[in-house]
Amino acid sequence: MVSRAAPAPAGAWSRDRRSPGKSIALHLTLIAASIVSVFPVAWLVLTSLKPRTVIETASVAPIDHPTFANYTQVLGETRFLTWAANSVVVSLITAVLGVLLSATTGYAVSRFRFPGFRSVMWMLLITQMFPVAILIVPIYNLMAGLGLINQFPSLVIAYLTSTVPFCAWMMKGYFDTVPTSIDEAGRVDGLTPFGTFWRLILPLAKPGLAVAAFYSFITAWAEVAYATAFMTGDDKYTLAVGLSQFVGQHKAEWGLLTASSVLIAIPAAVVFLLVQRHLVTGLTAGATKA
Amino acid sequence: MTADVVATRRAAPRSGARRLLSRHWYAWAMIAPVVIVMLVLVGYPLVRGVYLSLTDATEGNMGRTIGMNVIPSTYEFVGLKNYADILTSSEFLGRLTWTVVWTVVCVALHVSIGLGLAMLLNRPMRLRSLYRILLVLPWAVPAFVSAFIWRYLLNGEFGVVNAMLRAAGFAGISWLDDPFWAKVSVIACNVWLGVPFMMLALLGGLQAIPRELHEAAEVDGATPWQRFRHITLPGLRPVSSTVVLLGTIWTFNQFPVIFLLTKGGPGGATEILVTYAYRQAFEGIRNYSGSAAWGMVILALLVVMATVYRRALRQQGEAW
Repeated sequence: MVSRAAPAPAGAWSRDRRSPGKSIALHLTLIAASIVSVFPVAWLVLTSLKPRTVIETASVAPIDHPTFANYTQVLGETRFLTWAANSVVVSLITAVLGVLLSATTGYAVSRFRFPGFRSVMWMLLITQMFPVAILIVPIYNLMAGLGLINQFPSLVIAYLTSTVPFCAWMMKGYFDTVPTSIDEAGRVDGLTPFGTFWRLILPLAKPGLAVAAFYSFITAWAEVAYATAFMTGDDKYTLAVGLSQFVGQHKAEWGLLTASSVLIAIPAAVVFLLVQRHLVTGLTAGATKA
Repeated sequence: MTADVVATRRAAPRSGARRLLSRHWYAWAMIAPVVIVMLVLVGYPLVRGVYLSLTDATEGNMGRTIGMNVIPSTYEFVGLKNYADILTSSEFLGRLTWTVVWTVVCVALHVSIGLGLAMLLNRPMRLRSLYRILLVLPWAVPAFVSAFIWRYLLNGEFGVVNAMLRAAGFAGISWLDDPFWAKVSVIACNVWLGVPFMMLALLGGLQAIPRELHEAAEVDGATPWQRFRHITLPGLRPVSSTVVLLGTIWTFNQFPVIFLLTKGGPGGATEILVTYAYRQAFEGIRNYSGSAAWGMVILALLVVMATVYRRALRQQGEAW
């Protein structure tokens, strides 16, 4: 597994043999790449601290009349906090439901070969590809018929169409890495397949469940299309929709936009950096198995 | 697998259907939640989408409820007219070409830059974990936030990119208002977003290649290129086939970057199939039937893609 492949101590032999010139080239390349990767985010943070009058000039000074005015305005005079709460509620429900619904399926397709197995795998692969464009119109019409437009359930339902197959797919990858000898031991002790799953495998698979849930959460959290189409009242906006209001057709409040972006990006980035190793493992699980 | 073996022994020899049921009922019960949810949430809307795509439904003739009054739908069945309109329109080829260019260029850049950085990071060196964190940052920021960041950076008047160009003595470029540069901009933004995932995934793949293989090849006198070509690339194949598929799907469906950065403009220059179908359904006079038909055309393209991919997997011996 990727997460266990620690930096190899065996690598010492190659460091000795790298010439100083090569070493400098290596570091320069990585520094250049890091600058490209960090600059937009760093500039966002710096811009959010500038007053509006400075933002709307072509100034390249990194720091210019620093102020927290944008932040106080975002938190005090806009619905930012409502939108953030909406986003959290919708994403959380999506993530929990997604994992609950898909866990047993992930286990079944990892362990059993049954009639219909290939159709299920095929369905999971195809539904992951379903872009918004195919389902958004019919789902919109159905939700309009049920009177759920501008209600959170409509968004949760729309998000489940992509998170459920994705979670099942990810969890199959995770269950594949749990040794089947554990299942056999459970079976020898007289557990049913459900009992084996529930008592033995599920507790072992908690990290896998957490990764799938987290992935569903950030997918829902950053979704734009359904949220823009379904949420029509500004008390129901999610963050992605709310933020576009700051830079609409007629006015562009870059100060508000940058300050709220920082408020969203920092917690998101911190959590993300803590779990990213597991995330990559989850997404490519099954592929990296030796 | 094991479970099947146990189950087979337990199953009394009975007639076909019964035996199947007693042998596989638990597997079927376990997949039931997902199958039911998918049938209700995806299957039913999909069928309805197919139906809508065969009608002339728009905002005007769609049934709706205003207060207590129920206004019935008045749209009619028009057969394949919407599809004929799409396939004969000049819009279709243009959108399709740009979507393919966008997907291929983005994925190619994601994979090549990601692989390059992964190979650099796979060496023992100082500050490795710091570089890794800095390079992953673009993936950590939610995509819609990144799209907004880039919209500000590339702003023609006061964007920092133009400010730096001017400071260096060049003329500014109207990044988001010129059809060509707008395409460059959306690709640049999406490459920036997508490289970290590829880098991490391929790094994982590189670390899974046994070191001894490289050492043995070096002892045998293989050049660095030969080692890359005959050890690194084949060793990465399981990971790279997965991430290329994921990357292709994500890029093909990359809604936020296009929608929030350029809104598909200028003049539709950066509009990919997904954003185009969306705009049909939710902007101006809402053309539900036309959008549904575009959706089905996109679905057909994706199914073709998935079939090709599955065939490729099978040739590599992954059997399902």
